[in-house]
Amino acid sequence: MSSLPASNSPSTGSFTQDVFVRSLASLSHLPGWWLDLKNKAWNEYQALPMPRRTDELWRNASIQNLRLDGFVLPERAGPLLLPGSSPAFKAAAGLAFANNRLQATTPLPPDLKRKGVIFETIEHAAVEHGELLRRHFLAQPVKLGSEKFTALHTALMTAGALLYVPPGVELAEPIVITHVVEGPGAAIFPHTLVIAGENAKVTVAEFFLSADPAAGNFSSGVNDLHAEPGSQLTYLSAQNWGRGSLSFQTNSTVVQRDARVLSLNVHLGGRQSRHESHSRLQGPGAHSEMLALTVAQDAQEFDQRTLQSHLAPHTSSNLLYKNALLDTAKTIFSGLIIVDPDAQKTDAYQSNRNLLLSSEAEANSLPGLEIQANDVRCTHGATSGHIDDEQMFYLEARGIPRQTAKELLVFGFLEEVLEKLENEELHSALREMIKNKFKR
Amino acid sequence: MSSLSDTELIPTPPPSENSANSVAGIDQALGDFSYDVKYALDAGTGLTEKTVDYISAVKKEAPWLREFRMNALKAFFAKPLPTHWATRDLENINFDKIRYYLASGQKPKRTWDEVPEDIKRTFERLGVPEQERKYLAGVEAQFDSEAAYSNIREVVSKQGVIFLNSTAALREHPDIFRKWFGKVIPTGDNKFSALNSAVFSGGSFIYVPPGVKVSHPLQAYFRINAENFGQFERTLIICDEGSEVTYMEGCTAPKFSTSTLHSAVVELVALKGAKIQYITVQNWAPNVYNLVTKRGLALEEAVIKWIDCNIGSHLTMKYPGAVLKGRKARGEVLSIALANDGQHQDTGAKMVHAADETTSNIIAKSISVGQGRSTYRGLVHIPRHLRGCRSNTECDALLINTNSRTDTYPAITVRGDLNSVQHEASVSKVSEEMIFYMQSRGLTEGQAMSLAVNGFVNDLVRQFPMEYSVELKRLIDLEMEGSVG
Repeated sequence: MSSLPASNSPSTGSFTQDVFVRSLASLSHLPGWWLDLKNKAWNEYQALPMPRRTDELWRNASIQNLRLDGFVLPERAGPLLLPGSSPAFKAAAGLAFANNRLQATTPLPPDLKRKGVIFETIEHAAVEHGELLRRHFLAQPVKLGSEKFTALHTALMTAGALLYVPPGVELAEPIVITHVVEGPGAAIFPHTLVIAGENAKVTVAEFFLSADPAAGNFSSGVNDLHAEPGSQLTYLSAQNWGRGSLSFQTNSTVVQRDARVLSLNVHLGGRQSRHESHSRLQGPGAHSEMLALTVAQDAQEFDQRTLQSHLAPHTSSNLLYKNALLDTAKTIFSGLIIVDPDAQKTDAYQSNRNLLLSSEAEANSLPGLEIQANDVRCTHGATSGHIDDEQMFYLEARGIPRQTAKELLVFGFLEEVLEKLENEELHSALREMIKNKFKR
Repeated sequence: MSSLSDTELIPTPPPSENSANSVAGIDQALGDFSYDVKYALDAGTGLTEKTVDYISAVKKEAPWLREFRMNALKAFFAKPLPTHWATRDLENINFDKIRYYLASGQKPKRTWDEVPEDIKRTFERLGVPEQERKYLAGVEAQFDSEAAYSNIREVVSKQGVIFLNSTAALREHPDIFRKWFGKVIPTGDNKFSALNSAVFSGGSFIYVPPGVKVSHPLQAYFRINAENFGQFERTLIICDEGSEVTYMEGCTAPKFSTSTLHSAVVELVALKGAKIQYITVQNWAPNVYNLVTKRGLALEEAVIKWIDCNIGSHLTMKYPGAVLKGRKARGEVLSIALANDGQHQDTGAKMVHAADETTSNIIAKSISVGQGRSTYRGLVHIPRHLRGCRSNTECDALLINTNSRTDTYPAITVRGDLNSVQHEASVSKVSEEMIFYMQSRGLTEGQAMSLAVNGFVNDLVRQFPMEYSVELKRLIDLEMEGSVG
C-alpha cells in the first residue's frame, strides 16, 4: 500500500483547535462523560485523513471539492423558519433549531408525557436522562467513509433531539424537528436520536434548511434510530440546503426482533451532499425499508452510500433509491447487502433507479452484495434511463404541453417512493417541496 | 492412464494434505502429474532488469521490444498491488520465488512427428492429440513458455491467416502486429499487465485478412509444468474488416505444492464489421494465481464476444472487457464461474462505450460450493455526448452449501438522457422442492444437485462449441460430487 506523506493527511480546515476549545467552554454545565466524548471525537477528527482518491468508499465522488475552509460556527441564533411553503401539518410535538440553538418548542401533550414519552434537546437529556443517552448515543457507529465528518459532528454538536417512546406507547401524530442555518459559511451539526421501545409506534419528520437558498453552508448531521422488539418506527427527512452548501448526513438504524423501520430521505439542496445509511437487522422478523428520493439539478452532486447488514435469520430489508437528474448534476449510489453466515432465510432487496433528464447529467451506480449464507433471497437491480418516448407521445397526443408532460412523468417516477408514506399530510408536504424545486 | 510407462514419470510430491483437494481437485486428476523436462534455457528465479535482458536476448528481439519490456518492468515495480479493492490474498504471491522465463530451447514444431517424445506424452495425457483429431482447425499448444508444437492447418494459412507465437509474429510480421501490440491494454493498465509486458513469452498472435471467415475455431492449450513457474502468455488477435474468427483457450495444469502465478494479457482488435469470439475454459490446479487482463477493441459494427468459464485455480481475477469504439459496435461477455473449497473466482466484465449506438450484454453465472467464494465485479461506462447506447447485465449466483459465499460489485456510470442501462443480480440456492422432486424419481441427492446446477448454467453452456459444452458438463458433475450429504 502506498501511503501519503503525513503532512498531507490531517486537515481541520475552518474547524480549528480554537473553534473547538471555545465551543467546549460554553458547555461546562454538562456532565463530564459528555465532554470526554467530545474531546475524544475532536482528537479523532484531527487524526483522520481527508478522503483519498483510492478510497473505495469514495469511489466516483468529487473529493477535490470537499474543502473544509470558509466555514464558521454561527455566533448568533438564526431566524425561525418552517419548512418551505408547505402547509402546516398536525404534529404531536416539535423542536425547532436555528444555528445550533433551540429556537422554538411545541411541547408534548400531557397524556404522552404521562405515559413516559421523552422528547428533549440532547443537552438537556445529557443532564436529565444520562443513562438512556449514554446507552444509545452513537452506540452503533457507521463506517461508510464519513468517519472524519461524524467525529467533527460529535465534537461540535450542540443542537439535537432525543425521542424515547416507552414500550407499548403509540403516537398518532408525527414528531417534527427542524434545523435551520443562516449566515455566510455558517456550519451546523444536527443530531437526532430516536428510541422506540417494545411494541411502540412513532413517526418522526425532520427538515433541514438554509435560510438563504443560495447560501454556502456546512452541515454534518447524525440520526440514529433504535427499534426495540415489535416496534414500528417511521423516519422521514428532507433537506433543502442552500445551493453552495456542503453537507454530510449519517444514519444508523438498528432493528430488533419483529420490529419494522421505514426511513425516507429526500435530498433537494446543496452543492455537494453525502448521505450514509446503515441498517442492522438484529433479530428474527426484523424489517427495514430504506427509501430515498433525490432531485439533482444544476451542478449538484448527491452521494449516497448504504449498507444493509443481515445479522440474524428471518430478517428482511428493502431498499429503493430513486434519483432524477437534470442539467449537469451527478449522483452516486453505492449500496451493499451483507448477509452473515448465520442469517439464513434472509430476504433482501436493493434497487437504484436513475432518471436522466439532460444530456450532461451523470448517474453512478455501485450496487453490491456480500452473501455468506445459502438459504437466502437476495436481489439487486440498477437502471439508468430516460423518459419513455411512448409515454411522452401518449400525453402529448392528448394535448398536454411537452414541459408539463415531462413533469408529470418525473412525478410519476418519484411517486412510487412517496406513496409508501402512510401519513397523507407528510406526503403532500414533501410533494410540495419537490414541486418547488422544479419551479426554480 | 495406466497405459503410460511409469518408469519415465517423476512423480510430483503429493499436494498438501488438506481435505479441500479431495473435493476441489477431482477434475484436475487428469492434469495431476509432471515430467522431468530438461529446460535448456532458464532465467532463474526473481525479477530484475537482467531477467528481462535475458529473455529479450534469448528471443533475439528488436531493440524497440526490449525497450518496451524495460518500461513495463519499471511500471510493474512502481504500481502497488490493487489491494484497496481486491483481495489481500494477492500479498501471498512471492515475486522473488517465481521463474519468469523457461523454454525447452526448441523451435516451435510444425508437425506432430517432430515433437519430442516426452513433451508428446504430456499432451497425450491432456488429450491434445485427440483434440487435434477432433478439431479441424490448427492447434497451438503451449508447453511452458514456448509453443512446442504448432500446427496450422493448411486451409487456414491458404486463407491468408497468420497464426504464430508472440516471438515469431513480432519478428516476422512487425508491420502487422506492432501497430496494435500493447494498444488495447497499455503496459500500465494494471500491475499484472505491466508484469506480463515485461516478461511475456508464448501465446498466440493471429491476423485474419479482410473478409475472411475462419470456418473452424483456432485452438490453444496452455499448461504450466514447472514448480514455481509463472506463465506469461501474450495473445493478440487482429480481425481485419469484415472477417470472423473463433479462438479457444483451455487449460489444465499439474498440481504443485507451492504457489504458481499465471498472468496473461490478451488483446483483441476487431476492425470494421469484424467478429471475434474468444472462448476460455480455465481449469488450473488449485494452487495457481490466475491474474489475467483481457480486452477487445471493437470498431464500427464489429463484435467482441468473450465466453469465459472458470473452474480451476486458487484465485482468479479476470474481467474480460470491450472498448466499443465504433458506431454500432457490440460487446458481449458470457461468464460461468465455479468456486469450490479453497477457491476464489473473482471474475466479471468491463464494457466501455465510446461511440453512439453501441450495445453491450453481460450474463454471468456463478456457483459456490463448500467454502468456495465467487465474486462478480463489473464495470459499465457510458460517457457524455453519446446517444443510443444500451447495456444489459444479469448476474446470478447459486450457493450450494451453508458456508458458501458470493459477492457482487458492479459499477455503472451513465451520462446523458439518450442511453439506457440495466443491471440485475440475484442470489439463490437450489430449491429443496426441486431436489425432492428428482430424488423421488430415483436420483441420488448428488445426482439431483448436479442436474440442478447444470440446469442453472444450461442456457450459457449451450452457446459453447459442442466439445466444450460436453467437457464442461462433465467438469460440473465432478465438482458437485460429494458437495452434498
